[in-house]
Amino acid sequence: MRVRRLGWDAIGIAVFVVMVFPVFWMISTAFKQDDQIISLTPTWIPLHPTIAHFTNAIHRPYFWQDVENSLIIVCVTVAISIVLAFLAAVALARYGFSGRKLFVLLVIGIQMLPQAGLIIPLYVVLAKYHQVNALSGVVITYLTFVLPFSVWTLRGFLLGIPKELEEAAMVDGSTRLGVFMKILLPLMGPGLVATSVFAFITTWNEYIFARVLLNDQSKQTVTVWLSYFYGTSRHTDWGALMAASTLTAIPVVVFFLLVQRKIAFGLTAGAVRG
Amino acid sequence: METSRRRRRAWGRAGRGSVPYLLIAPVVAVIAVILGYPLYYLVRISLQQYGLFELIQHKGIAIGLRNYHSVLHDQVFWHTLVRTVVFTAANVSLTMVIGMLLALLLTVVSAPVRVLLSSGLVLVWSMPVVVAVQVWYWMTNYENGVLNYVLTKLGIGDYSQHDWYGTPFSQLSMVTLLIVWGALPFVVITLYAGLAQVPGDLLEAAAVDGAAPWRAFRDITVPLLKPILLILTSLSIIWDFGVFTQPYLLIGQSKITSGNYLMSIYLFEEGYFKTDYGRGAAISLLMLVIVAVLSVVYVRRMVRIGVSE
Repeated sequence: MRVRRLGWDAIGIAVFVVMVFPVFWMISTAFKQDDQIISLTPTWIPLHPTIAHFTNAIHRPYFWQDVENSLIIVCVTVAISIVLAFLAAVALARYGFSGRKLFVLLVIGIQMLPQAGLIIPLYVVLAKYHQVNALSGVVITYLTFVLPFSVWTLRGFLLGIPKELEEAAMVDGSTRLGVFMKILLPLMGPGLVATSVFAFITTWNEYIFARVLLNDQSKQTVTVWLSYFYGTSRHTDWGALMAASTLTAIPVVVFFLLVQRKIAFGLTAGAVRG
Repeated sequence: METSRRRRRAWGRAGRGSVPYLLIAPVVAVIAVILGYPLYYLVRISLQQYGLFELIQHKGIAIGLRNYHSVLHDQVFWHTLVRTVVFTAANVSLTMVIGMLLALLLTVVSAPVRVLLSSGLVLVWSMPVVVAVQVWYWMTNYENGVLNYVLTKLGIGDYSQHDWYGTPFSQLSMVTLLIVWGALPFVVITLYAGLAQVPGDLLEAAAVDGAAPWRAFRDITVPLLKPILLILTSLSIIWDFGVFTQPYLLIGQSKITSGNYLMSIYLFEEGYFKTDYGRGAAISLLMLVIVAVLSVVYVRRMVRIGVSE
């Protein structure tokens, strides 16, 4: 029994090594000297780390500009989504109304639309209203998937708050608005934070719409900036590329680790219970 | 259950009237404008000659079903469809089988290894797709990629200077590796959570009765996990069928040809890149219909959950 467990543990550690290796390799490469990077025999751990690649990456043209664009797009998208989605989630979690099923279908169905299938119509319509190559156009397209996602996730968090609390307050003579402000909103704090962070990650990572809608290098997001990041002409500057990748991933990884537990089962939690 | 339902009905009565509609109105309005209108436009321009000139004029020329005719008589469309179906099947089966094995592995390792492995999985899960593509490209490049070095050192063969992006099959296999690697954490962690809900005494009873572990897995664990497996499989099918970023960036635009198109890329190249938006719209609609059919299982289940709670 003991031996068998040791065997499983060995396999578990091997799987861990294989799965995490790409992340390790990214960080390790980012800190290596150039000759260690291009050498045919890899250096596993850089003993004399350098931050030259990071300096190189952040001084590339448009890095800061594109980080700023990403932040603007992300913040506006998340702010609009959370406010509007919260209202709709309250309706879903707390009210029975005719058309509710249709609305649920809308919220779920939209999330299943393949993004590539929406490139052409969104591009053509946004071009018509001069929203191509504008951050506002990207915000609009991001709302198409962040909004339904936020409605669904917030609804899940709302269901976790017992209705009895609100009902008691109503009996005690609170108004609907009072219940909302004094009871629902504070209790929903963690849910709102988790949903915002997840929306932040989805938006920050988005590639295809940003690639199609923003042609101007000064208007791109950091994800698109990274996708165009290759060295001059023949040789790719792997060190700088990995440093840039690390920098792009850091905010996402940090935020993701913070909320993963809360969101992880959002997609399937209902299925397990139902 | 019954009382809560009654209570909800009471709430519903109290809130009868406009409140829920006012609450959903902003979302419905925004979706109607930003999605409903473009979808209407999609149908419209799929019936039009709509290229760069028409884009500037904001006015297409009606040509009936000619775009659809052209797409459906295009060999490339059918080849791409078949390739995408095979690609999706390969990705989904690899993801689900390996995912299940790793979830089972998590149940038999000791606690420290379990924590280590699940933290590793969460770390992988958090990697942005574009970042993962760049790292993958670096690891698999033919000049000094670490993959070739490791394969050669392990004695699997001489892979020094082996170009993984030489043939469509090899290119798409690399994309599959990347996608499966990225998809595993979500699948493993969700399945592991599901496995934790399988009552241990059932499995013990089966073991006492002399059932082989494989039979206990097949006859107890799998049926209990069926709802989760169903949802994970259909989500994976939908995601992998429509995948764009990984193949587009990993294969690299200069190496994208009709020989390695996947559906999303086909539509991107034919519609957007060649600025034939009308034809692109026809492909988009066909693709949306296919994905809608693929989503039926998932959407029905989720809607049932959404309505019942």
